[in-house]
Amino acid sequence: MNPHHLDRAPLYSARAWLAIVGVTALFALLPLLNLIFPAGHGLHISSYAVGLIGKFICYALAALALDLVWGYAGILSLGHGLFFALGGYAHGMYLMRAGKSSADMLPDFMTFLSWKSFPWFWSFTEHFWYAMLLVVLVPGILAFLFGYFAFRSRIKGVYFSIITQALTFAAMLLFFRNETGFGGNNGFTDFKNILGFDITAPETRAVMYWVSLGALLLALILSRAITQSRLGRVLTAIRDAESRVRFIGYEPLGFKLFIWTFSAVLCAIAGALYVPQVGIINPGEMSTENSIEMVIWVATGGRGTLIGPIIGAGSINGLKTWFTSVFPEFWLYALGLIFVLVTLFLPQGLVGLARRLFNTKEARP
Amino acid sequence: MKQHSKMCKLFLSGMLLACWHAWVFAAAWVDPSTLQRLAGDSSNDRLQAIQALGQSDMPGAATLLAALGEGKVRLSGDGRVLVLLEGSAAIDATTGDKVSLSGNEQPFMLNNRLRRAIQLAQATVALFAPESSVRLNAAIRMQKEVDPAHIPVMERALQREKDDRVKSAMQIALAGMQLKSTDPEVRLAAVKTLGASGIGAYQPALNALLEKNQAGQPTEPDARVRHAALSAIHQIDRHQALLSWAGNIFFGISLGSVLLLAALGLAITFGLMGVINMAHGELLMIGAYATYMVQALFKSWFPAWMNWYVIAALPVAFIVTALVGMALERTVIRWLYGRPLETLLATWGISLILMQAVRSIFGAQNVEVANPSWMSGGWTVMGGLVLSYNRIAIIIFSMLVVLMVWLMLNYTRLGLFVRAITQNRRMADCVGVPTGKVDMLAFGLGAGIAGLGGVALSQLGNVGPDLGRSYIVDSFMVVVLGGVGQLAGTVVAALGLGAINKIIEPFWGAVIAKIAILFFIVLFVQKRPQGLFAPKGRSAE
Repeated sequence: MNPHHLDRAPLYSARAWLAIVGVTALFALLPLLNLIFPAGHGLHISSYAVGLIGKFICYALAALALDLVWGYAGILSLGHGLFFALGGYAHGMYLMRAGKSSADMLPDFMTFLSWKSFPWFWSFTEHFWYAMLLVVLVPGILAFLFGYFAFRSRIKGVYFSIITQALTFAAMLLFFRNETGFGGNNGFTDFKNILGFDITAPETRAVMYWVSLGALLLALILSRAITQSRLGRVLTAIRDAESRVRFIGYEPLGFKLFIWTFSAVLCAIAGALYVPQVGIINPGEMSTENSIEMVIWVATGGRGTLIGPIIGAGSINGLKTWFTSVFPEFWLYALGLIFVLVTLFLPQGLVGLARRLFNTKEARP
Repeated sequence: MKQHSKMCKLFLSGMLLACWHAWVFAAAWVDPSTLQRLAGDSSNDRLQAIQALGQSDMPGAATLLAALGEGKVRLSGDGRVLVLLEGSAAIDATTGDKVSLSGNEQPFMLNNRLRRAIQLAQATVALFAPESSVRLNAAIRMQKEVDPAHIPVMERALQREKDDRVKSAMQIALAGMQLKSTDPEVRLAAVKTLGASGIGAYQPALNALLEKNQAGQPTEPDARVRHAALSAIHQIDRHQALLSWAGNIFFGISLGSVLLLAALGLAITFGLMGVINMAHGELLMIGAYATYMVQALFKSWFPAWMNWYVIAALPVAFIVTALVGMALERTVIRWLYGRPLETLLATWGISLILMQAVRSIFGAQNVEVANPSWMSGGWTVMGGLVLSYNRIAIIIFSMLVVLMVWLMLNYTRLGLFVRAITQNRRMADCVGVPTGKVDMLAFGLGAGIAGLGGVALSQLGNVGPDLGRSYIVDSFMVVVLGGVGQLAGTVVAALGLGAINKIIEPFWGAVIAKIAILFFIVLFVQKRPQGLFAPKGRSAE
């Protein structure tokens, strides 16, 4: 393969572009169907379904972020729930303050602690732009620092996974405490407005849905651009043989750190988009279970494919919704089986399966 | 058969006769004037009567007090006090004679004041008991009393006492009562004794000596006593600080031994196969549930052996979890060699299934696992620190398990193979080590150790489907810190993490302690990425 070929490789083929745009348009249509057609009409889509799919889109964004590090750099994070929740908390605080009659009014949990003012780390969160800045900066800086120390000492493989898991666990304990200023067990809820619009109105919800969908599309294209670039190639090389990359003369630290931080920020954005749609953020989002579930979305869809995690997040969560309403006690059996079967029989996920079935050129080694 | 029961009856009546004789020959069982007051209606009279019983050395006093405390005393219509025996028999407290109940007797009513007085009186009577352990407990009980009214009885008890331990406990109790003595020399001696005792409960009384009254005068007139009181308070403070440190270290070691049991199996399988078994916590849980099952079995089939069900649970838990572990290895982990991250996911899935299965079988609620009697209670050291027997047992047990694993790894053929594969799997394979079989056995061993850990955990806390989850992160930390394939690393890391955790906890709280430890580990791994005891030479990556 000559270098020119690398440079000029298009992001996607024309057919793939067509498919992506088509599917996005289809999904973008759903809230319109909800708004235009009255309930009972054949083409009406319930608000519940729109909200559900909006939630899945946020999950898909988180899965995409995880795929960047796991699928392309071989770094399995069991702590992406932390970044997701951090983004959610930063946005949640803004939403909670926006719902009050005055921005200086303390949330209930702070009143119960008989606090007089906001702790320093929540100052200025009444401004939307500042909350958005926090969404990006806090998880970004945390990921950068943690990643720097971890990658510098060449922690990798299962060691890295376990340490990210412990980090998330410790953060969850911290957020569960009442006196740390994160609302304890209940977290942040009782949101009313976002930027002055009623958060429960179908129009606002439709806009939030479209924003999430747009963010997902943008993230997909950006991620594709990264993975197709030289940087992405180096990352893949690091994934496959880190020592060899080092001997050739690359220092993996910067590459890994970049993709790790980028992924954390993407995940935090997913969390920030998720919170207004579900109306609550609490420390349960940081639980070990959640972070590992994200990994199985990626694995089911097919890691290292970018499109796969989106499919995986949608299908697993669809299945979860169905199971928990029909056979709630069997969901954990099903999820456990998915974990086992996917790792044993579908190492390339659903996308890999499809590629093998249709015998496309990616399936051939 | 009939003959047999006749013999029994004869024997029993003989026994009763003998007892009865003993009472008959005692001239007076309890002082009659005391009984009169006890039978009266006035609550104050009754209180005084109980106090008098406490000071009395008449033969029936202890029995009567015990019967009072258990509510086995009846008052007859003619003012006699009766102590209930089995059936309709009773003892007349005046004479100690055996009488039968007429059915018209009134129960002796107690209020809280009387109940407290009875306990105290029992303690004072127990000061003269023949068994030194009873006397020691009574003396410790008397340390709570500061009323000078008990001084005469304490002095009497002290004169008779021969056992040194009981004696010193009695001296401390006496000193507590003497703080209000009029003689400054006695007060001074008392303050010094209390300071040397190191018992925190005396601090308020000592502080009171240093306080000033409304006129600005110190309550304690003698300057020497005040001075001694101040140094006694400091002495007690130092002793208490020492106690709390010793307690933290004990609980730290206890936590460490639990972590060790949880992490040992994990370390073996991780060292051997590079496999992180996320279902390891669930193996602990299965071990704990096996204990529960054995307990239920003993309850219904061998109630007489209930005390030893824990011992029987050990092999059961080991075998059950080892079988689960081997099945796991054969069906899932075997197919994922060389893909550690995927193994992590698959075993996580298995842990979900196991947890849900236990929930379906036993319910989501915690089940009750009781300590056998020899494991409940504790050992008091340094006058105030209680080391509970179950924790001591678990510390010893974990050391035994480590010893056994060490012997197994170093002195058996399987151990040799395990070490060979840990060092270099391919080379071991080349020289004929049956790696597949060894993997399965070693995985079974690791799982079995988790089962043993589950037995230990069931003796410490709740047994529920989530039991394993709370230990999994901590045991991974132990493995990360301890390094791979080194038993010593695991032991040091587990005990060290347990101790550090418990030492930080009182200052910063449990959550910060966890976070601090995580940071410590991340920083530590900066220096030594391969753990405490890194393999050297070629086996290092």
